[in-house]
Amino acid sequence: MATKAESRITPLSIFSVTFVILWVIIASFPFLWTAWGSFKVQGDFFSKADWTNAIFGVRTMVETGGTFTMNGYEGAWIQEEFWRAVLNTGIVVVFTVTISLTFGTLGGYALARSGYKYAFWILMAALVFRAMPHITLVSGYLLPFFEWNIWGILPTTIIVLVAINQPFTLWMLHSFFLNIPKDLDESAMVDGCTRFQAFRHVIIPVMWPGVITTGLFSFLLAYNDFTVTRMLLSQENETMIPKIQSFLGSTQVEGNVMFAVAAVVSATVPLIILIMFFQRQIVSGLTAGAVKG
Amino acid sequence: MKHRSFFWFILPTLSAMILFIALPIVSVAIQSLYIEHEQVLVVTESCGPFGCNETTTVDTEASAALQEEQPLGRFNGLGTYTNRAHLAFAEVGAAWSASESMSDFFSRLLNLPFYWALAFTLTYTFVVTPFVLVLGLAIAVGVNNLPRIFKGPTIFVSLLPMIVTPLVGALILFWMVDGDGVIGATLQNIFNDPSLSLKANTSLVWVMLIVYGIWSSLPFSFIVFYAGLQTVPSDTMEAAQIDGATKWQRMIHVVVPHLMPLVVFISLIQLMDNFRVFEPIISFQAEAHARSLSWIIYNDLIAAGNPLYGSAGATSILTILGVAFLLMPVLIRTWRDFNRKST
Repeated sequence: MATKAESRITPLSIFSVTFVILWVIIASFPFLWTAWGSFKVQGDFFSKADWTNAIFGVRTMVETGGTFTMNGYEGAWIQEEFWRAVLNTGIVVVFTVTISLTFGTLGGYALARSGYKYAFWILMAALVFRAMPHITLVSGYLLPFFEWNIWGILPTTIIVLVAINQPFTLWMLHSFFLNIPKDLDESAMVDGCTRFQAFRHVIIPVMWPGVITTGLFSFLLAYNDFTVTRMLLSQENETMIPKIQSFLGSTQVEGNVMFAVAAVVSATVPLIILIMFFQRQIVSGLTAGAVKG
Repeated sequence: MKHRSFFWFILPTLSAMILFIALPIVSVAIQSLYIEHEQVLVVTESCGPFGCNETTTVDTEASAALQEEQPLGRFNGLGTYTNRAHLAFAEVGAAWSASESMSDFFSRLLNLPFYWALAFTLTYTFVVTPFVLVLGLAIAVGVNNLPRIFKGPTIFVSLLPMIVTPLVGALILFWMVDGDGVIGATLQNIFNDPSLSLKANTSLVWVMLIVYGIWSSLPFSFIVFYAGLQTVPSDTMEAAQIDGATKWQRMIHVVVPHLMPLVVFISLIQLMDNFRVFEPIISFQAEAHARSLSWIIYNDLIAAGNPLYGSAGATSILTILGVAFLLMPVLIRTWRDFNRKST
């Protein structure tokens, strides 16, 4: 594609390459630094004297006898029972993604196939709901949930996350179903299927690419949520992100900040693996809404 | 699609949204009209050898009973909206008449908690959004010119700041700028000032939060612009080139106009997301210097032992009105488009 004239080195192209390299460093360095530092002791990771200590682990050598230590991870996972929070996050995420995709595919399909005005109004309402700051909704939940005695348990949080997820899921799947030709399910209905049978036998087999992309974003929303899980779960049902926040309060003691660092790294690893496998779907999902308008 | 089958298909998602998004908004609106009960006080007189003493104690039992009976608290009308912690009409009026200049008025206004949070939220929103647009476009153009083998890895790395949990991403940056962290300590060495702390100065904290905001939102606009660049018509580009347009001129006069719809899309999403800025303030432990609207609601709700539902409700309603105000232009535009299409 690029002709010789275009790929000539100009000041502008040098500048743009430098800029990209700079961005790559800014985007990745904090993660590499923290991941490396999580295997050191606090005296190295927060080293006033010399920042190279964090790389070579001078204090770690003195305190533990090796340049790498698992102390932070041990403290977080075993002593502070981070594994319990990981388990809770797993439950919340799996159920939230499954339920919100089920609801979302049904609703998104209906919206894509209905030309009536109320379909448009539902989409508009969803857009407004999408913009609501989550904390304003949470302040509406607390009193009723206390009254009905359903505060603090995982099912409540799951259904709330599903609902918060719906506006986005609907928009995404709606635009995805618009791209599946109408003729497909309509010809099935001409052949005598009901609307639901047409959906079941014709649409479901071809919808998976869109559903997987949407599911990734539902996963991210449930996994990354802090506001809802922090406010709606009791201490023993806590998920990872509120747990990390509670470390901050309790770990001002020497050495324990490293628990939080280790927990942060543990919580980030699944996300990095996710990007590795699904980079293409994430990119296409981000642009889906945009390019189609 | 028939109305009937539409109804059954949409029912689960619609009921989830009505129950857990629409009704909570109503519930918040009702809550905001009530405030907490006053404690039931009992005055007891205890007489001893040195005369009688009146002591006032809180009757916990009666207070609990009252709470049980009316969990919402007592009705207060719009009182919560106008008190000092929210719109503070009385204080604003006093500040207006007492202050000599505009800047004096604003500094008085910023002493009020609601306006202070509003000022931060708006500053954050309207500084982060343009930066994200311009820098995102620059990175997208840069990546687009890279040789193909570098594109994938660059996009992979770029996604990290956005995908990672906001609370966690902010914490990672916070530890680095800590006085003992790598960036914080290096800055202290450069300026030779061991007491230099990014956390102790209001404007530095604001800058830090805004830098975090740009760092975490940049990937989104980069990816969207990058996808948009793939659709720039090559005919137009070639025509411009033949006409003697430089790279820069082609950029300004062909590429940017082509990407205009994406600019609108990104600004819309960014305005919605930045307006609810919350997690970074928790991570940076910045509440002494910067508070957002979401943060003050959160703070009311976690008030130990005695959550201020009324106050949180009033702030929530004001925040929702703010969101609606921001969205208004978009909604009106979509409405017009829809009407044009359907007629």
